Amino acid sequence: MTTVETATGEAKTMVLNMGPQHPSTHGVLRVLLELDGENIVKAVPDLGYLHTGIEKSCEHLTYSQAITLTDRMDYLNPLGNNLVYCLAVEKLLGLEVPKRAQYIRVMMVELQRISSHLVWLGTHAIDLGAMSVFLYCFREREEILKIFERFAGQRMMTSYIRIGGISVEPPAGWRQMVNGVLKMLPSRIDEYETLLTENRIWMARTKGVGYIKPQEAVAMSMTGPTLRAAGIPYDNRRVFPYSSYEEFEFDVPTRTDSDCFGRYMVRVAEMRESLKIIKQAMGKITDQGPIKAEAPGIVPPQREKMKTEMEALIYHFKIFTEGFSPPPGDAYVTVESPRGELGCYVASDGSPRPLRVHFRSPSFINLQALPNIIQGQLIADVVACIGTIDIVLGDVDR
Amino acid sequence: MTEGVSQNAQVVVEHLRAWNVKAVAEVIEYHGETTIVVPRELLRSAGERCRDHLEFNLLSDATCVDHFPIEPRFELNYHLTSLPKSAKIRLRVRVNGSDPVVDSLISVWPGAGWMEREIFDLMGIRFNGHPDLRRILLPDDWEGHPLRKDYPTQGFRDVPASASYLKKAST
Repeated sequence: MTTVETATGEAKTMVLNMGPQHPSTHGVLRVLLELDGENIVKAVPDLGYLHTGIEKSCEHLTYSQAITLTDRMDYLNPLGNNLVYCLAVEKLLGLEVPKRAQYIRVMMVELQRISSHLVWLGTHAIDLGAMSVFLYCFREREEILKIFERFAGQRMMTSYIRIGGISVEPPAGWRQMVNGVLKMLPSRIDEYETLLTENRIWMARTKGVGYIKPQEAVAMSMTGPTLRAAGIPYDNRRVFPYSSYEEFEFDVPTRTDSDCFGRYMVRVAEMRESLKIIKQAMGKITDQGPIKAEAPGIVPPQREKMKTEMEALIYHFKIFTEGFSPPPGDAYVTVESPRGELGCYVASDGSPRPLRVHFRSPSFINLQALPNIIQGQLIADVVACIGTIDIVLGDVDR
Repeated sequence: MTEGVSQNAQVVVEHLRAWNVKAVAEVIEYHGETTIVVPRELLRSAGERCRDHLEFNLLSDATCVDHFPIEPRFELNYHLTSLPKSAKIRLRVRVNGSDPVVDSLISVWPGAGWMEREIFDLMGIRFNGHPDLRRILLPDDWEGHPLRKDYPTQGFRDVPASASYLKKAST
């Protein structure tokens, strides 16, 4: 530890309590900072203020009911959470999802990635004093949330992705809505870049701040834009493709500076890549076709069938009372959430309720490296560093 | 050799067997995922082996499953990812409920620190050699470990008679 010693030999460090109700911690994170003047000597994060026991609650619900809980985990990425949980359960069941549903899933999670990055950019900019970017970002995010509302009936807690497919058919006129966003966003992203990228204050606050060595980032299990800004092109969509991502063409943006500025550049580039993916997905989504797997007893039957077929009625009743029982075993699936590698481990003991559901939340694991990143930095930079790791406390604490 | 094991996983299994005959207690292949069950006392050295010789440089996740009342009750799963080889593997250790202690992997993957703290907090597994084994999500004075199967979902608080329907057995 680097401390200033007084004549009597006492260490002159001061402990500063940051949070838990500090606006720049993006939720309820508490960090104990040991300071030598304005420099951070040591930082100890303290979490759990938002712990709601989601993993325990999942064990008490049937497999389909638990989807609603996953929405509430990382509240900026509910569709991604739905997706990873559904992929894990589908793997456990050996269920094949129709291509059309897979493409709709891809389009929705990419829209979600953009909306999450917009919130990140806005809040990160406001932390560093750029007020107007925040308002612009939220203006654009609103348009994406309107799409979610039309698709799923909900702006945020969508529960749109279900086991075996998606919940409902895309709404009438969805192509115009998504096209509208696709047309609007590129110029808007350019606008944010004009405001920030070459802004001298922005560069002074982010360049060279919050550096982490690539090897250290891997050793600390960091993933997502933080790892890619350190020059390691690890993206689950590319390395371990899921939901037909192997059919899409997109780049994995990387930087080598590994500081707050690099992470900002990577996220901005990712938004543009997501737009490309959405465009391709729209081309692949046909107007007709199944949105749910053919799996009686697992996927709820269509309403019309229930009125004419007895089996459909029985299956519907069984799914919503007893649930379904996957064979004993376990599955671990990882997807690329806006924050990094989001993993879901589901273990079954052959009963209708999961034996164990565990989420590898990227915020939680990336936050672990915060003390390494901010050591030796100034207090004001702590805000920038927490911002660029992009944590969502609902995801950290679960 | 277990049939159906993917090529990459086979390399790992063979490597671990060549290093120590006792290292691989069992190989489980399920839905394309390979699980290597490792004896408890060899966990850390097997982890080192995987990192140094087999390039599993990223510890993706560590988690624990409680099989109460079956013994060995706890099952620790370590999900390893190899960035150079784009491969995944799962190491598993089985631990008895009477002595829930395993070696910490923090010296192999420093990122294991908070994952192990979470398991300690919610499952009550102790990790030998962990420098900072404190509760992480729950308050420091919390009693019990909520993710254990013998911990009721609604907790140990008194349930009012009007809400007695909550008192069904937690499974």
